[in-house]
This record gives sequence, C-alpha cells and structure tokens, in this order.
Amino acid sequence: MTSNQVLSEVEYNVVGTRPVRPDGVDKVTGRARYGDDTNLTGTLQAKVLRSPHPHARVKSIDTSKAEAFPGVRAVITAKDLPFASLSKEELGGDYTALKFATDHMMASDKVLFKGHPIAAIAAVNGHVAQSAMDLIEVEYEVLESVVDVREAMKPGAALLHEDLRTNDMGETADTPSNISTHMSYATGDLEKGFAEADLVMEKEYTTATVHQGYIEPHNTTAFWNSDGQLNLWTSTQGSFQVRATVSNILRLPVSQIKVTPMEIGGGFGGKITAYLDAICAVLSKKTGSPVKAIMTRTEVFEASGPAPASWMRVKIGVKNNGKITAVETEMAMDAGAYPGSPVMQAIVCAFACYDVENGKVDGYDVVVNKPKSAAYRAPGAPQAAFAVESLIDEICGELKIDPIDFRLLNAAKEGTRRIEGLVAKRIGLVECLEAARDHDHYKSKLENGTGRGVACGYWPNRGFQSSVVMTVNYDGVVSLIMGSVDIGGTRASIAQQTAETLGIAYEDVKPTVVDTDSIGYTFITGGSRTAFATGIAAISAAEDVKEQMISRAAKIWDTSEDDIEFVAGMISHKSDEELRLSFKDLARQTATTGGSITGRSSVDPSGEGNGHAVHIADVSVDQETGKTDVTRFTAIQDAGKAVHPSYVEGQMQGGAVQGIGWALNEEYFFDDTGKMLNSSFLDYRMPTSLDLPMIDTVIVEVANPGHPYGVRGVGEAAICPPMAAVANAVTSATGNRMRSLPITPGKILEAGWDSVKS
Amino acid sequence: MEPFDYLSPSSIEEAVKTLASKGDQARIMAGGTDMLVQMRAGRRTAPLVVDIKEIPDLNVVSYDATNGLTLGAAVPCYKIYQDETLSAAYPGLMDAASLIGGIQIQGRATIGGNICNAAPSGDSIPVVIALGGVCNIAGPNGTRQLPVEEMCTAPGRNALADGEILVSVSIPAPQAKSGASYLRFIPRNEMDIAVVGVGSSVQLDASGQNFVSARISLASVAPTPVFAKEAGDSLAGKPVNEETIQAASELAQAAAKPISDMRGTIRQRTHLVGVLTRRTLNIAIERARGG
Repeated sequence: MTSNQVLSEVEYNVVGTRPVRPDGVDKVTGRARYGDDTNLTGTLQAKVLRSPHPHARVKSIDTSKAEAFPGVRAVITAKDLPFASLSKEELGGDYTALKFATDHMMASDKVLFKGHPIAAIAAVNGHVAQSAMDLIEVEYEVLESVVDVREAMKPGAALLHEDLRTNDMGETADTPSNISTHMSYATGDLEKGFAEADLVMEKEYTTATVHQGYIEPHNTTAFWNSDGQLNLWTSTQGSFQVRATVSNILRLPVSQIKVTPMEIGGGFGGKITAYLDAICAVLSKKTGSPVKAIMTRTEVFEASGPAPASWMRVKIGVKNNGKITAVETEMAMDAGAYPGSPVMQAIVCAFACYDVENGKVDGYDVVVNKPKSAAYRAPGAPQAAFAVESLIDEICGELKIDPIDFRLLNAAKEGTRRIEGLVAKRIGLVECLEAARDHDHYKSKLENGTGRGVACGYWPNRGFQSSVVMTVNYDGVVSLIMGSVDIGGTRASIAQQTAETLGIAYEDVKPTVVDTDSIGYTFITGGSRTAFATGIAAISAAEDVKEQMISRAAKIWDTSEDDIEFVAGMISHKSDEELRLSFKDLARQTATTGGSITGRSSVDPSGEGNGHAVHIADVSVDQETGKTDVTRFTAIQDAGKAVHPSYVEGQMQGGAVQGIGWALNEEYFFDDTGKMLNSSFLDYRMPTSLDLPMIDTVIVEVANPGHPYGVRGVGEAAICPPMAAVANAVTSATGNRMRSLPITPGKILEAGWDSVKS
Repeated sequence: MEPFDYLSPSSIEEAVKTLASKGDQARIMAGGTDMLVQMRAGRRTAPLVVDIKEIPDLNVVSYDATNGLTLGAAVPCYKIYQDETLSAAYPGLMDAASLIGGIQIQGRATIGGNICNAAPSGDSIPVVIALGGVCNIAGPNGTRQLPVEEMCTAPGRNALADGEILVSVSIPAPQAKSGASYLRFIPRNEMDIAVVGVGSSVQLDASGQNFVSARISLASVAPTPVFAKEAGDSLAGKPVNEETIQAASELAQAAAKPISDMRGTIRQRTHLVGVLTRRTLNIAIERARGG
C-alpha cells in the first residue's frame, strides 16, 4: 500500500539515482567511529555537577572534599574559566554576550535551570567522578522561578537576569524584563484588510517544550598537544561552530583549536550548540590528560537545548470566496535561560505559504527557567505552522471550502512578496498542493470514527559558506574532502553531484569529512543547506578539476585548451576524433604531465530555494479513551531536484514522524517550580514504530534556479505541517478543535466532556 | 551506579541463608529489568545483589489441567507466551506477559519480579490476582502461601520478611466456561507504563449466559494493585448483559483511588477504569464462551 512517487522535471545520470551510501555498511556493522569510540591512552572521565534548582543564587561552592577523593584528578567551577578574570571594562560591549555564553556552559553567580552546570570533575573513571560529585558542597539561595512564557512576560514576574532590558525594535527599555526582544514586520493596511473581510477569526494556540530526541547523547574528548594546540573529538553538526564557541569562551585563537567531528547519532539542530567541549578542555589543561565526557539521557533532556514552548494568537480575515484579506499574529516563545529563541523565524514563516496583501507579525523572545532552547528542525516554523494552519482549517470549515482549494486560491508563488519583504523566486507550493489534491489518499473515503486533516509548511532554507577539495588519484578515483558533517546522507549526495559534474561513476568518488585544520571554513550542517551549498562547492571544485584536466590533455596533444572539450567524463579534441581520453586514462597520466590534480572551491551561495511541504493525515480516535492512532499519512514536498530520492523520502518521513510526536504525545512535564519530571524516553513519549503507519511520500521537483541541478534543501520543511494536519484530523474525527499541543488522550477526553456540558 | 557484591546461589536454602544473614543489605534480583534501572538512577542501593536465576526451583514451569500452573519466580515472560499449552490455558496471562516493556525486556523480565517490585502499575499483577494466583514463599521458618493481592503493601514494598524469597506463583487450573483478560491504557502502543490497567476473569455457567463468579483487579489507580472484590462479586449469579457489566464497572471505579500526575488525572483514570473493566469483562466472556 505504501507508495513513493517522484514527479521529475529533469533526469540526470547520477543525480536522482539511489546508490548505496558510503558510510552505510560501517554503520550497520558497528565499525563506524562515534565520539565515545575515541579512546586515548590515559583518558580521564568527566562528570558535570548540575543544579537541582531551576532558579537560585550560588552563595558558595566548596570543592575541597571532592578534590581529595581518591581517583579525582581535577575539579573545576566557573572560576576556572577565563571570564572570571576578565573585567567589564576590558570586555566593553562584549561583556553580556560573553557572560551569557560562559555562564550557560558553567554557572557563576546564578543557576537558571535545573541541570545548569555548576562544577565538573575529571577522575580515573566515571564511577569515581560520580561518587565525588556528592562531596561538592554548594550553598544555594533558592529563588522564585518562572516557567510559563506568558507568566514570564508579566510585569512583576521573577526576573532571570536583573540587567536584561527589552530590545523593542531597536529601542532599549528602561526597566529590566524577561522579554529579551520584541520584533515586528508589517505590510499593507491591516485595518482596511480586516474591514474588507466577510469573516474574521481569531484564536490562541500553545505548544509544549519538546526535544529533538537524538539517540546519541552529547560527548566530547579533549586533549592538548605539548605545543598548546587543543584537540577536540566530538559529536556535532558543525565542527567550525564548536571551534568558534570554544575559542570565545577560552579566549583562544581559532587556529589553536582543532575539532574533529566524529560520526553523529542524530542532531536535528540540537547538536549545533557545544555544551561539554570547553569543560573538557579546561579539565584536560588542568590534568594534562585526555578528558572525555558523555551526557546521560537525563542530562540531555535537562541540560541540552529543546525546542521552545510557545503561545500564539492568530487572526485572519477572509472574503466569502476564501480570499485572504488580512492576517495578524503575535507569537511568544520561551528562549529558556538565555535569550535566543527562534521566534524571528516563527513570525517570518507563519504566513509564508500565502499571498498576503495586509499583514502584521509580532514576536517576543522571552527568558524562563528552563534549559536554553536550541535549534530543532526548522526552528520556530513548526509552532507557527500549527497555529496558522489550524485557524485556516477552522475558516475552511466555516466557509465550507475544501482546505486544498482554499490554499490553492491563496498560495504564494513566484513573485509573491512576503510580510518581511522577501520576494519569492520560483517555488513549488502550488505544485505540492496540486499533487496532494490529485493523490489517491486525498480522494479516498474516510471510515466512521476517523478524520482527515491537511496542512502545509514552509522553510526558507539556507546557503552560507562551504569548502570542498578534491584530488584525482592515479586510478581515476576522486577523493572528495569536505567540512560538512554528514547527518543525513550528505557524503552520498555531495559525491553524486561531484560524479555528475565530472561525468564519472558515483563509485569513483570517495567522500571524507575532515577536521577544521584540513579544510576551509564550512558552516554547520543545518538550515537544510548542505546538499545545496556544499553541493555547489563540490560542483565548482569539480569544474576546477575539469579545467585542469583539459589543460593536461592540451599538453599531451600539444594543442590549445580551446580545442578540447570535457563531456560525460571524456576529454576529446573538438576536431580530431582520434584524440580522446577517458577520465581514468588521463588520471593515469597526471604524474608525467605536471603532478597531481587538486580541485578546490570555497563558496557562500545565496540562491537557496525555499522549501514547501503539504501533508495529509488520517487518524482514528478511540472516543472512549481519547487515544489517537495515525492510520494513513502522506507527505508531499518540493525538493527542487532530489539528489538521492531515498534520503529525501527519509527526510520527509522523519520530519513527519517527529511532527506526529509533537502533535500527540511529546512534551516536557515541569512541576510548579520548573523541575522536569519526565527526563527519560519512558515518559517523554516519542512515537515508536508501532505508533505509525508507513509514511507515503510524493517528491515534487520544481527546479531551484539558484543551483545547477535545481536542488533545494529538504530536511526541515517536512516538520512544519504534521502538527496541524493531525490536529485538523482529530477535529474532523471528534468535532472538537484542539488548540494546545500535544493533543493527549486526556485532552481529547476533556474536550469531549466539555462539549457535552456546553 | 555504586559498586555492589554479587551472589548467585544454586539452591533455595543457600539463598535464604544469605538473605537472612544480610538483612536489608541484600536485594533479590530476577530479570533485573526494574532493579538495575532503579540502581542506575540512584533510586535503590543494594550492597549485595542475590541473583536467583540459577536456582532450579525458581525456573519451574509446571502445568496440568487438574493442579493448574506453578510458575517459578525466575521464569522470563517469553518462556510463558512461547509455551503453546500455557497460551491456550491462560490467554489472560498472555495478554500481560506479552506487553510488559518490549521484546528485549520480555526476554529477561519475570512475573515473580513484577509482583515483588510492587509497582502500582505492574502489568502482570492484576491478571494474576484475577486468576486467583497464590505466592509460594520460602524463608528461614519454612514455607508459606500468600494470595497475590496481599503481596504488594506499598509502592516498591512487598510482604516478604527478611530472609524470605518468592519461589513461585501458583495459578489454579482454568475451569470450563472460564476466561480472563488484561488491558492497559497507554498513550502509545508499546514501551509505556499503564495509565490504568484492568485484569478480569469470569466463570460462566454451562449456558454461557450467566456469571458463576468473577474477579477484577486494577493497576495504577492506588498505591498498590487493587483487588476490586465487590466489583467481581457483584456479577456472581447474574446474567451476562450490559447492565450487570456496567454495574460491575462502576463498583470497580468506586474501588479505584487514583491520583493526578503527569501520566493522567483522577478523572481520566477513574473514567478509564470503567472503560477497561467493561472491555476486559467482554473479552473474558468471549474467551469463556470459547470465543
């Protein structure tokens, strides 16, 4: 019954095929090396002592007993970090940023969330370090905490940072507040737009704190060379990001730090922030030994970076025919302990699927006593899509308009100017909606007790810097060297683009991800940028190789480079048919024609194409228990050009599955003071294989004009529609509208009881 | 995890002697699927772990249609549900044995351990109570028997005295026209702790239209598993119909004393006791009729 369709515009030789991934066999046979497989002689184990309180002032820390414990080699606190000995005058305008960054790594004067690091121990083994943790004496003055984003915004709420003042559209407020930033965009005439509407609806929505749930916990090993060079082996989505963070906190030049990214067991945005690296580096410096730390699952939940909880108000005005006349939203997101929630992306993405003449979006970044939020797949956009796509479904119900017809009528397309001012290039939302409308799933009949929901989603995708180097070996195999950490099959997809450009076989490209000393600066693997931006770097480096091969052929044939062409992996004289060399033949002659050939490229492309996804969800709800089962699910997405369709389908299915988790069960439970109660996979309920149908996919290919093969990022748009698609389906099955995630069985029962009452 | 000593006795006598001499310093381990997790999380300390899996009497699985089942306390769940004779005789027990944890957990976890761990949510306990299970206990003063419903005394605490060990659980042979069932409510479809669990057993008369007797037991609605005696007794001698089943489910709800926590509210749990009591009774009836 499962179907995977690819609606192709253009076919290539290697791009668009489904070869075996280069890292696959080592991963399934256990040979791949992850962070925990770093085992240097004499490695000490580090453990981090963490705050039991969500909000407290640190009065004193006494580490003397722990230091005296047999087997303990070093204990550090915030006093051991450079920030402690730098003055406000010295740092000037950088003071607050460095204080936040350093305190987040290890608290100095205050702890701001349960799990906040307060000290760290390096010992001969983890058990010794664990036992010694109980000997560190910390005196806290427990403070009132605030965990709800709207409570934190109220005047008089407990303040996390006494000196944090709201940046309100560039103006700094006079009084301290938990609201770090207020941002706003507007277009057209809002009042006129709502006045023209036949129907105006306005509702409020909330979402819970959720975690990426990667299987591999954060881990790092640090060791200093005797010349003062710091080495870090770690699990990260961005080795250069780790380098920058450690450089900032330890006040070291970037070139004094070498970061080696190990294989990664999942990230989804959560492995961009570096939590353990500076701690291990300081412990290693103090002990002279390699130091390794691995978080427990509880530490991952309590002290890494979940996606923020949110409160959103959405107002939409429409004509009777469904045409949108005006939109407005206010969105508040909890940044956790330090500013920096993705609320900006939330308000930018909120209405990006629609052609809106009059609109205003406002966002509030709010600090609360929770772990500092981090990126999680399309940061900010899934929450916004849940709110907007839910209200649109409600409007469709009122107007009795088919939800896909409504979206087709209002869809953004090439030339649509979005509220924040960005004008859309060629995008594939309309094509995705048409594919959804025409899909067998959408046409199928619903059984009794089941419901169907539709929603769409948007993620802008990113470009940014990437570097690639490739060398041509004598056997004609190309070594492809890159700085992009492979979290979703990019060794394969970059190798495919390389092979396509060179006209050689995929198997003749050997991709490797290297450390920060061995390649030019490369931005994180995130933002759905790698297949696009590192792909462009690889294509450009391959072009460099082609030029050099042409010049070698010119040398061999004693002719001008202009007389030679490089087509489909053959180097030929344009007018002399006798003069032809395959890529491999010419590779064999590189030693005698000037030495090895190295192609290189560093790029910072801006032609990323926006991503759009449309999801259809069928659910069945047990009316007696409130339990929802997703019975059928189809994910449709514009990939521009799917480089490796299987991995694109994997991204679409993975995003859908994580979204189903947000929709139905995933949430951090906090007690009244902000202590997380469910920091394990038992009670933090991600979907299991038994909770999901096979996710059907349709890859729509509307070529991105900003990439030679039309590639768009695909990793993130897929997590935007599922929450609203499922919520809309639950409404269709039960008659009750669910505006608060997750839609647990308890909430469905309560809604049923409430509707009987009213 | 703190370091601990480990002993693996090969006889009940040896185990009892060790346990009696070490007092509360020793803890019995069967599958370890609860205890090791608790020790790792720092919720239990055990200076001495006494592994009972090497004791032959605790690995017994004996069944005959007259004397019923004797299930050694160290027998893992998979050995129970992979036994075709047992599966046919006790489908209600299989409901529980095949849903505890996941496949890997079922390879280690035991019914005996589930009972002794005395979690309010223990999945196998309600159905073993409903089936009239009895604990066979050995100790320094010889052996004794205790109905399963008297075994759990508080969350994580059981009725075993110092030096005592659960050897096996006896379950009476299934009578003609009898059936049992266990259902739990969880938000997902596996790997979860019961928000509410209900185990029911029924004995019908020859016509299959009237109850002779019934037993109902509940999980996750009180500090210990609840034997809802009045709910089951209310069905004795009554016809099988919606009204009698509804009345029993209301008595089961009355026997439940749930709390509100992150897994469910009082109202939700009380409601689910009603739903699951009706559902388990209907499955048990169907099985009793040869369904």
